[in-house]
Amino acid sequence: MGTELTEVLWLDEHSDLPLTRLAELSGLSEAELHELTDYGVLPPADPDAAPLAYRADCIVIARTARRLRDELELDVHGLALILTLLDRVHDLEAQLCDLRARQPRRIR
Amino acid sequence: MKYKDYYDVLGVKRGASEADIKAAYRKLARKYHPDVSKEADAEKRFKEIAEAYQTLKDAEKRAAYDQLGKQQPGQDFRPPPDWQQQYGDTRFSFDDIDLADLFAGLRGGRPRSGQARTKLPIPGQDYEIPVSITLEQAYRGTDVDIDLSMPEYDAGGAMRRVPRTFKAHIHKGATDGQRLRVPGKGGKGFNGGRDGDLYLNITLQPHLFFRVSGHDLYMDLPLAPWEAVLGASVEVPTPGGPVRLKISPGTQAGQQLRLPRRGLPKPRAGEGDLFAIVQIVVPGKITEQQRAFYKQLAEVSNYDPRKQFKQEARNGN
Repeated sequence: MGTELTEVLWLDEHSDLPLTRLAELSGLSEAELHELTDYGVLPPADPDAAPLAYRADCIVIARTARRLRDELELDVHGLALILTLLDRVHDLEAQLCDLRARQPRRIR
Repeated sequence: MKYKDYYDVLGVKRGASEADIKAAYRKLARKYHPDVSKEADAEKRFKEIAEAYQTLKDAEKRAAYDQLGKQQPGQDFRPPPDWQQQYGDTRFSFDDIDLADLFAGLRGGRPRSGQARTKLPIPGQDYEIPVSITLEQAYRGTDVDIDLSMPEYDAGGAMRRVPRTFKAHIHKGATDGQRLRVPGKGGKGFNGGRDGDLYLNITLQPHLFFRVSGHDLYMDLPLAPWEAVLGASVEVPTPGGPVRLKISPGTQAGQQLRLPRRGLPKPRAGEGDLFAIVQIVVPGKITEQQRAFYKQLAEVSNYDPRKQFKQEARNGN
């Protein structure tokens, strides 16, 4: 019997998730997602749309928030602060990676 | 089943108070939480710490753990004969599970057999695993074999670990740090709860020639001095196969030559670029005849590569 080939989904800006689905996938409550949205760490795909929907890559942020909530026992205010700092760290890491890629190696 | 010393993992004495255990967990969690830590073994350490805390923070689980007695960490053991009757009415086969599974089956974890009849839907657990692929696999797309061992529960609440094997197709365009979701391939849901998801964290293995930044690639392009001065047509590798690149006369070291759409493909459409960074390299050994040519060149050339130093010195800087 062959090994089953399974479907894999991109988490990117091309597909949106309604708030309820994001809550189900991340383990955060809808109220917590609303609060994180208000803090600006979870940007909705269209801020004026109702009900709110998010780009699929927001799953990564929301799941990180749920882990931090459960494992470091943080409230939403603390989560928002850490997610903001993590976003800054990731941005700096991406810049560092880009600079390293542009740095010529020594050719022997 | 292997014994783990949960008190030792948290660095507390066996008689530690609840407050001491919580404080020790918080201190270690801040240090090793994989989302915030850069320690090399952060993920592994945090799993051990979280597993220990999940058991020791719960009075009933802690009492059950203490009843197992103190063993050597890593040593194979079985709970005493009366232990299961006292603490676990689930039907474990102790060979199929580890210590964390054992305590997840107690109160506060999965429903025990009696509670299973409450029919509350419980979603399956999500899992995240790292998947390391080569740059060539990212360029063309690839199938990766996933082998996992997951706890599963039967209708009566009995738990066992089962191997899960499947292939996941990574479409072309995945790059370093990308997350992919495999729906329904996490832990099994219970009482009609949805199955958990599996998340793949993609990392790209280092490549001999190409360095990755998003979907753009960078490579060094070594040129001989005469190729840089006179211009040349050189063959360079790209992920899609070698291409010829025209080098203009007077090309300088450090100059970046852009090869549009020769980088990694993007998930939906388009490709990144490939940048070739010119490096002018000189031969380590030369023949007498070549030495004579270089001397002749030095005599006839009036080119001064350090002219700017002298100008700056004249300006008093």
